[in-house]
Amino acid sequence: MESIDAVRADLLALIEDAESLDAVEQLRIEELGKKGRITGLMRGLASLPAEERRAQGAALNVLKDEIVAALDRRRTRLEDEALDRRLVTERVDITLPPRPESAGFIHPISQTIDEVVAIFGEMGFAVAEGPDIEDDWHNFTALNIPPEHPARQEMDTFYLPGERDGHRVVLRTHTSPVQIRTMVASPPPLRIIAPGRTYRCDSDATHSPMFHQVEGLIVDEATHMGHLKGCLIDFLRAYFAVDELPVRFRPSYFPFTEPSAEVDIGCTRSAGKLEIGHGSDWLEILGCGMVNPKVLAACGIDAGRYQGFAFGMGLERITMLKYGIPDLRTFFESDLRWLRHYGFAALAIPSLVRGE
Amino acid sequence: MKFTLSWLRAHLATDAGPAAIGAALTRVGHEVEAIVDRGAALKDFVVARVVEAGPHPNADKLKVCVVDAGGGRHAQVVCGAPNARAGLIGVFAPPGSLIPGSGVVLKTAAVRGVESAGMLLSEREMGLSDEHTGIVELAADTTVGAPAAAALGLDDPLFDIAVTPDRGDCLGVRGIARDLAAAGLGTLKPLDTTPVAGRFVSPIGVHLEFEAETASACPYFVGRLIRGLRNGPSPKWLADRLTAIGLRPISALVDITNFLTYDLCRPLHVFDAAKVRGGLHVRLARCGERLAALNGKTYDLTPAMTVIADDADVEALGGVIGGERTGCTAETTEVFLESALFDPVRTALTGRSLGILSDARFRFERGIDAAFLIPGMDIATRLILELCGGEPSITVIAGDEPRRRPAIIFRPARVRSLTGMSVPEPAQAKILADLGFAGTMTGERWSVDIPTWRNDVEGEACLVEEVARIHGYDHIPAVSLSRAETLPKPVLTAAQRARGRARRRLAERGLVECVTYSFLPSPLAALFGGGQPSVRLVNPISADLDQMRPSLLPNLIAAAARNADRGLRDGALFEVGPEYAGIEPGEQRTVAAAIRFGRTGPRHWAAPPRAVDAFDAKADAFDLLASLGVATRRLETVAEAPGWYHPGRSATLRLGPKVTLARFGEVHPRVLKAQGLRGPVVACEVFLDSIPARRPTKGAPQLSPFQSVERDFAFVLDAGVPAEALVRAARAADEALIADVRVFDQFAGGALGEGRKSLAISVTLQPAAATMTDGEIEAISQRIIANVAAATGGQLRA
Repeated sequence: MESIDAVRADLLALIEDAESLDAVEQLRIEELGKKGRITGLMRGLASLPAEERRAQGAALNVLKDEIVAALDRRRTRLEDEALDRRLVTERVDITLPPRPESAGFIHPISQTIDEVVAIFGEMGFAVAEGPDIEDDWHNFTALNIPPEHPARQEMDTFYLPGERDGHRVVLRTHTSPVQIRTMVASPPPLRIIAPGRTYRCDSDATHSPMFHQVEGLIVDEATHMGHLKGCLIDFLRAYFAVDELPVRFRPSYFPFTEPSAEVDIGCTRSAGKLEIGHGSDWLEILGCGMVNPKVLAACGIDAGRYQGFAFGMGLERITMLKYGIPDLRTFFESDLRWLRHYGFAALAIPSLVRGE
Repeated sequence: MKFTLSWLRAHLATDAGPAAIGAALTRVGHEVEAIVDRGAALKDFVVARVVEAGPHPNADKLKVCVVDAGGGRHAQVVCGAPNARAGLIGVFAPPGSLIPGSGVVLKTAAVRGVESAGMLLSEREMGLSDEHTGIVELAADTTVGAPAAAALGLDDPLFDIAVTPDRGDCLGVRGIARDLAAAGLGTLKPLDTTPVAGRFVSPIGVHLEFEAETASACPYFVGRLIRGLRNGPSPKWLADRLTAIGLRPISALVDITNFLTYDLCRPLHVFDAAKVRGGLHVRLARCGERLAALNGKTYDLTPAMTVIADDADVEALGGVIGGERTGCTAETTEVFLESALFDPVRTALTGRSLGILSDARFRFERGIDAAFLIPGMDIATRLILELCGGEPSITVIAGDEPRRRPAIIFRPARVRSLTGMSVPEPAQAKILADLGFAGTMTGERWSVDIPTWRNDVEGEACLVEEVARIHGYDHIPAVSLSRAETLPKPVLTAAQRARGRARRRLAERGLVECVTYSFLPSPLAALFGGGQPSVRLVNPISADLDQMRPSLLPNLIAAAARNADRGLRDGALFEVGPEYAGIEPGEQRTVAAAIRFGRTGPRHWAAPPRAVDAFDAKADAFDLLASLGVATRRLETVAEAPGWYHPGRSATLRLGPKVTLARFGEVHPRVLKAQGLRGPVVACEVFLDSIPARRPTKGAPQLSPFQSVERDFAFVLDAGVPAEALVRAARAADEALIADVRVFDQFAGGALGEGRKSLAISVTLQPAAATMTDGEIEAISQRIIANVAAATGGQLRA
């Protein structure tokens, strides 16, 4: 009868030599099964004296446990090796590009309108609208621009045939007719901005036949030019994100405001580059003033009781200044390269509280 | 408006320099376009005399000159100018000076073997003009060694300012001086308006010949004959002033009228009196009349235009331009001087219709000082007598100065309530007085007379502006707006929000936003159901931008074509903007339009691209509508779309029979061909204005704890049965229990036979109360099969 030690040594060697999971399983069946050597030794216990049998039995149980554990270890090791070999074969070139997804973009003008709305919205303005195809009463006459007025001629107006309510049909040359529509439709107090498309019969490097403006209007009993100044300074500093941006108000002339002003912001011009902020130079940015009493009267508002301010600003211009876009005409060329370069991500929604 | 510092100082006593004056001009509302120190580039150059000019030993065309540059400085200069000669007084550039015309710094150098230490300059070399036929020749009495800038009359800074259209009075230097004086820059000098006594009665009379309703065309006309004069070149001071502001001196008589135009904003005209036949008649032109004008052009006149005629013919266009025939020449010895008042509107219309923008028209159409006809004429007369001699007639006056406007009631408290700025009343009164306003300026309500030159001042607000601009807008306090509420209210209406959301959603889906023109070529508009004359521009900027767009698609497709031409053949573009069916406000509607063109993406090692198809556009339309709150399950896909879509691959999305929310599909190949694209292009148009308002509240969601069951069915149908009909029929079997029906397979032909197809659907059953039993599943399956059979004729595939 073989000694336990000899069997252990032999079995452990066999397990260590098993080169496949099948071989390990075979060993388990053979050696731990009925015909296995450990079972044989167990059977031989019956012929031993009681004392010896107990000691020998305990030793055999230890051996059996040892062998079971060795088989498990071997199996795990072989499985790990097999997995490692498989994973090696599964290697990909992880430097390959992922599946393409196309990114969309928001046009800079839309982004600017959203920015402007966000800022003026904080100041309590609501967005008002009017049609692009206007009549010359809303576009001119009600704004104190009579037919013969030089300002009317210098506006480079696009005309459409026919008449609307007895007035010539034009493409609006500014967003100011929205002032008129708002004042005609609603009684004061009014506080609106009106961004939108505007048109002038002019096209060169710095003019486009279509462009965008934003109009602002407040009418109530107390708003004065100091408020206009405060409102626009607050807007310009927020929009250009320059604290203490220098802002200058110059007397000027618009038929629909009295007094009128043009507004400049500080800038530096050097080596063909323009930078907004503190500098020695000024850049004209918008026109504004107190609503002319004649305009209030044209809209049926009591000019003795109500007053207010209005302003108008070119949106392409402030977009170009803020984002460094050099050429106005490129806004409308729909060049994908340009749109991807200057466009904004869908989720970049302007918000003052978020600081975007 | 241009003027020089010395010219300004003729009216304004001031010590202020150009920078201070420029700042003050801007402050009071005259935007400074430029202040040009014309002498700055000439600072190194001096007046010099050519002492001797001998031949160059090595070059026939060159001369060797010895130049006296003053102060005992002599220099040898090699010069190629044909007019270089001994005795000439010219401009000398010493070595080391920068030549403005060439940008070269001058060095002493040998020219063809002879040393040359400096240069005698032409106008072109000084950057003054293109004149380069010879070197500059100065008057013989010019001081040698003096700075050249002064000798050339260029040491006088030039101001160029933008005068706003309301301030006609500032189209004369004196008006600007008055504003500056009021702003504290100095004192307005008195103007000598002493009348010039006439010595005889003018043989030329003036007759205003208008009907009552057209009398405003020229209500007031003043003139005078001056005889025995001699017309020659203007003196240097006058020629210099005109030259400085870009006018060419012509002759003393003409120059005097130009000078008064710019100096006092008093346009004048001089007729050669010898050529005037009979008297002068101021009237409207008659049909068929023509005028050969001073600019060498001949104009056809209409009865809307004011003319000045003699007994025979039209001789001038009132307020616009004089006639050639009666123009002054060097031989002129007697003139009739005209100082008149022409209607601004009529003058503007005349000038515009004939395309004449003269200095006179520019001023008359902005309104001139109606009380300054006689003083202006007297000042001009004095100048003519001084420069040309002669004898003046007694003044001829036709018509009368129009009635002055009534005084304006002005409450000084309005300055504060309208501008937020406090200006003490005495300061307000001083400002108004300095600007020429008069009247009673005490108490709460002042009665303020308007100066005759201030045609722009109409009411109290104008006076507030006068006080505010002279006191200075810088003193207006900046007051931030306060809101009535602590938190801002919603700024946008639901419709405005929907536009923003549509933009952001489409960009999220990978489409790139464009902003395209609202107009396009009318033939292209016609391909998209547009092109009607009512929305065609009368004066388009060019023929290809003449029609308001009936749809956003043509401009987007054109953009795709341009990108494809640049090699970007695959892409996705969208625009959210207006389209126009007519001129009424209600005929403009806002549309979100999207196109995809080329393939779905670039070539890729794992995901090969495919050509875009109608279902890409359908996905865009459905997703956009869903993001805007439309219950897309209720949408009906009707296989009809306008002619710019592929007839078999397009549809309209409707909510009930009346509300069309969108269209989508492949763009018609004929349209693509017209737009120069090979295709394919798919498009969708979502009509944002038609989307019903979103309800703020939603019903409670059905979150059943019981397992859902999926069952697949394959039906054989006629090929013409729309899949959507099958889906609807299946769903109708039990709207509550059936959570979803999806088409997952389509098969046609083969064993099914011609005109048949098979559609496979997967139905999701979601019980709410208990797990479904086999019997219940079987029952609902039978109902689905029955419904489909009834609605579509479809049979379960064996």
